[in-house]
Amino acid sequence: MAAFGTGGSRSQVRGPSLGFRFTLYAILSIVVMFLDQRHGWLERARFVLQAGAYPVQVAVNSPSTVWNWLSQSFESRDALRAENARLVKQQHELELRTMRYDALTRENGELRGLKDALPPVADRWLAAEIVTDSHHQRIVINRGTTNGVFKAQVVMDDKGVIGQTTHVGPWSAEVILITNPEHAIPVTIERTGLRTIAVGAGDDESNSLGLPYLPGNADVKPGDQLVTSGLGGVFPAGYPVGRVVEVHRDAVQPLAHVRATPYADVNTDREVMLVWFREDHPAAPASTAAPDLKVGNKTLQPQPTPPPRPKATAPAAQPAKPMGQPETPAGTPPATNSTAPHAPNSSGGARKPTSPSGTVNPPPAPSSNRGTAPAPASAEAAPATKEPAPVEAPKNPTIEPPADAPRNP
Amino acid sequence: MSSEVPRGRILFSTLIALVLTVLPLPQYGDYIRPSFLVLTVLYWSVAAPRTAGVGLGWFAGLLLDVFQGPVLGQHALVLALVSFITALEHQRIRSKPMFQQSLIVLFVLAFYNGVVLAIDGWTGHPLPNPLLWIQCATGALIWAPAATLLAQGRRA
Repeated sequence: MAAFGTGGSRSQVRGPSLGFRFTLYAILSIVVMFLDQRHGWLERARFVLQAGAYPVQVAVNSPSTVWNWLSQSFESRDALRAENARLVKQQHELELRTMRYDALTRENGELRGLKDALPPVADRWLAAEIVTDSHHQRIVINRGTTNGVFKAQVVMDDKGVIGQTTHVGPWSAEVILITNPEHAIPVTIERTGLRTIAVGAGDDESNSLGLPYLPGNADVKPGDQLVTSGLGGVFPAGYPVGRVVEVHRDAVQPLAHVRATPYADVNTDREVMLVWFREDHPAAPASTAAPDLKVGNKTLQPQPTPPPRPKATAPAAQPAKPMGQPETPAGTPPATNSTAPHAPNSSGGARKPTSPSGTVNPPPAPSSNRGTAPAPASAEAAPATKEPAPVEAPKNPTIEPPADAPRNP
Repeated sequence: MSSEVPRGRILFSTLIALVLTVLPLPQYGDYIRPSFLVLTVLYWSVAAPRTAGVGLGWFAGLLLDVFQGPVLGQHALVLALVSFITALEHQRIRSKPMFQQSLIVLFVLAFYNGVVLAIDGWTGHPLPNPLLWIQCATGALIWAPAATLLAQGRRA
């Protein structure tokens, strides 16, 4: 009690005042929590707070930064030479590997019936350093809106996907890792083309992902590679995510327990890559339902079948199947109503190649227009479907999309 | 006495405690690290309930939320609640010997952790590792030196 000095009797706290203040603060924090949970009503406040927090984060992390710097600068000459030799060797390997890349890309484009080879889906990237490793599988990186970082941007390292940005400040951004249990990433099992969702397992020691939505008879086995499927509007198709390490099937359980480890060194990375993607690329992240929620998600309703195309529909095993749709640009002119080409932020934007690899039928452009049309859709839909050829509209509008075909083996 | 504690000193010690709380540590250091911020807020709501009290708890919690909370306002609510309770009972806590104070702190920290976890559950966020409860014990252990230190700092 000596710690509190003496004569405490004078400092009588007025009870009602204290209780009143507490009630006030409690209400305030509940309101704040509510607003923060409802999507981003506090984004501005977060932005300011993040800016204020950044110096502290840098300061807090400075000891380890200094330590890294010191240990690097006192690294022995031999170690440096060894590392140099290793890097040179690695670079030769990579050059050899990418030597045929251009030719393969062109060949691939020809096979898909495209006139020109597609540019890579990754437009540009930016290296970022990890500032703090806060727990709960979130990290803070030293790039923010001043570097053009936006919310829900893909973050990778040299081996695979790490996560995406959640809150972006002016000079820093918070990244949620794919191992966070609050994060789910749509993936494709590369061997079979089976689409599912990988959710972070969240235990701190063993960074791993779970595939909780696979049926017990799903064709999956340890060693299977997981790549992004391009659904969900954040991650583009075809980027490596992880490898299945454990499949546990229980006869009485309807779902299999599948565990995977990410390729990326989620816990040991010091540097990560922020990636910008070409929006008009077929492998770009396709947002499915997000913009349609207000109109009851019309894309999920039965739609006319696609026009009779050459029967060579790509097998489902191709993760980048959407490429087989060269006619999508043809439908873009009537895009004035809904498919506004805006930045690929949180919602991912309503982009042209919506849904091709989605759970929905690969729709021809006009029908997807109809699907994403705002509320007075019934009035607008008629003119929208009129101008493109009437081939597809009256086909058989009630047939359920055969999207689940690849699902049940 | 308490009314004369300068605000600057309270804020400064809270900031230091915040830095100590968010300082990156290896995994197990994270589990046993006492939550210095909560201890500091507790100390000031017992020692200077009028100057610090609920407001300090709320702002400190909000700062903690910015650094490591999934939801803004979660730690703010709980820290405000904790400092409210301790400020109400500051006379009784103050008059106890140090050992009993540590016990009280242990209970308060457990209560704090419990409410934080409850909010995590309600808002649908995953619960952290149960080893986090070790924090309560280490916090209670460190209470005596921390309180002495803060008292020194107050007189200086």
